[in-house]
Amino acid sequence: MYGFLTLFKKEILRFWKVGFQTVMAPVLTALLYQMIFSHVLSQHVEAYPGVSYTAFLIPGLAMMSMAQNAFANSSSSLIQSKITGNIVFLLLPPISAPAFFGAYLLASIVRGLVVGCGVLLVTAWFGLSLPAQPLWLLAFAVLGCGVLGALGIMAGIWADKFDQLAAFQNFLIMPLTFLSGVFYSINSLPPLWRSVSHLNPVFYMIDGFRYGFFGQADVSPWLSLAVVGGCFVALSLWVMRLIASGYKLRH
Amino acid sequence: MTHAISIDAVSKRFASLQALDHISFTVEHGEFFALLGPNGAGKTTLISAMAGLSRADSGQIRIMGHDVVAESRAARMKLGVVPQELVFDPFFTVRETLTFQSGYFGIRHNDAWIDELLHKLGLTDKANVNMRALSGGMKRRVMVAQALVHRPPVIVLDEPTAGVDVELRQSLWAFVKELNAAGHTIVLTTHYLEEAEALCSRIAMMKKGRLIALENKDTLLSRSAAREVSLQLSGPLPASLQPLSLRQQDGRHILALPDIAKLEQVLSELRLAAVEVRELSVHETDLEQVFVKLMHGGQL
Ligand SMILES: Nc1ncnc2c1ncn2[C@@H]1O[C@H](COP(=O)(O)OP(=O)(O)OP(=O)(O)O)[C@@H](O)[C@H]1O
Ligand SMILES: [Mg+2]
Repeated sequence: MYGFLTLFKKEILRFWKVGFQTVMAPVLTALLYQMIFSHVLSQHVEAYPGVSYTAFLIPGLAMMSMAQNAFANSSSSLIQSKITGNIVFLLLPPISAPAFFGAYLLASIVRGLVVGCGVLLVTAWFGLSLPAQPLWLLAFAVLGCGVLGALGIMAGIWADKFDQLAAFQNFLIMPLTFLSGVFYSINSLPPLWRSVSHLNPVFYMIDGFRYGFFGQADVSPWLSLAVVGGCFVALSLWVMRLIASGYKLRH
Repeated sequence: MTHAISIDAVSKRFASLQALDHISFTVEHGEFFALLGPNGAGKTTLISAMAGLSRADSGQIRIMGHDVVAESRAARMKLGVVPQELVFDPFFTVRETLTFQSGYFGIRHNDAWIDELLHKLGLTDKANVNMRALSGGMKRRVMVAQALVHRPPVIVLDEPTAGVDVELRQSLWAFVKELNAAGHTIVLTTHYLEEAEALCSRIAMMKKGRLIALENKDTLLSRSAAREVSLQLSGPLPASLQPLSLRQQDGRHILALPDIAKLEQVLSELRLAAVEVRELSVHETDLEQVFVKLMHGGQL
């Protein structure tokens, strides 16, 4: 248990020490998106009745930033440790697979939440209301970061080189997060693209997170919770098994 | 009574390369043991298997009686490994590094021991310096400290003195000797054979994944032709000494000297034959000669 706490603390310190790059930078990026898109699209129809496009955009951007940063945290930490070789200091002590997994996962969630708070803080003056359903909000924030954090652990373990990880990030994570209804309500899409969006788990995170703010969304929050929760549990069990088997970590 | 380390028929392949080929030996409690062999012999591969960093294809390894696969937790608590590659985490200071390492082993409040380790390894004034700002030799010392945070009874050092200056090498060995005297079992690999010769009581030699020698240092040394005496003489070598002659070199006769008492006899034979000794020197065989001989397939 103390091994888990130590690794968790180390992972938190790791990103906190370079907070300018790991927290400030994504917050600034989200702010830029918010400024540009709300300027360009402020005349856009209301996404939901009574919700301006500018306000609609904020939770989506926040959740997207959370997801991307949760992924970046575990994946980059692991690949750096693997490439520099200092992962050996985690493999020599008796840290169990659940402790190893849990520490990286929780640190990713914390990084995601910190970034999410930062994004909400700097974009709130664009007209965000207080959350209508704070519990739903929290549930999707945590589970969403959890899914991407676990995926980051998997990618970090799997990749042998930085460019493999970059490929994973650019060809899987970025499209999934961008094409998830961050910038639009999927109800405005043609039927084909709407069905495609329904296959994207990140869509449910963003939709659920938005429900937390506005009390209305494209699909039922229960459906979103089931998809995001299901992904989280399945992915976690799978990644934990990978770690326990020593896949790519113990030759 | 269990062994500190027991290695039983351990094999490991990398694709077509047999990195470990049925290695078996034991290391007893409190021993100071050297594992020698040329580059690529399989020393690091064997150590990785002991540490659970890699898994042997077959065979069994126990550390203080605990199987490294089935009882990995107990085995890892008993083992401290200094890896061969120089690695460090650039995000943290020396003290943070050691505090985290203690935590990974489940140890809280380890400051007293960490302070002692820092002191013994001459790192006290670097405690709050970032790992990045240390010289290579200092990083190596931190790695030694990291291997010791949990006070393991069995300590394995994979070439700990590579890239380390003479002064540190000596202080490092003094520290390791102290640990050994306090009852820790030490296994080391090194390419400085004089280190193994000076420190270790037993020596294993590996080559191409196989164990080719495993003996007490003294046995190993004495079995290999022992000493030689080199003589420059005023006349020819007397016939009675011919059987001892090994070779002639730069006008000197090199004779085998199975034990030092034989020198007396050599000198009296020379006196009898009225041959004068102009120069005489005795060479002890050292580990290096034994090593080279074994590695070239020679028999002892
Ligand atoms: N991960 C790996 N994949 C493939 N081959 C490997 C791997 N690790 C080691 N080997 C090979 O196994 C053999 C033994 O390597 P090992 O590192 O154990 O040698 P060593 O005795 O420690 O050598 P050195 O004195 O250079 O440290 C070498 O031929 C090496 O190339
Ligand atoms: Mg080696």
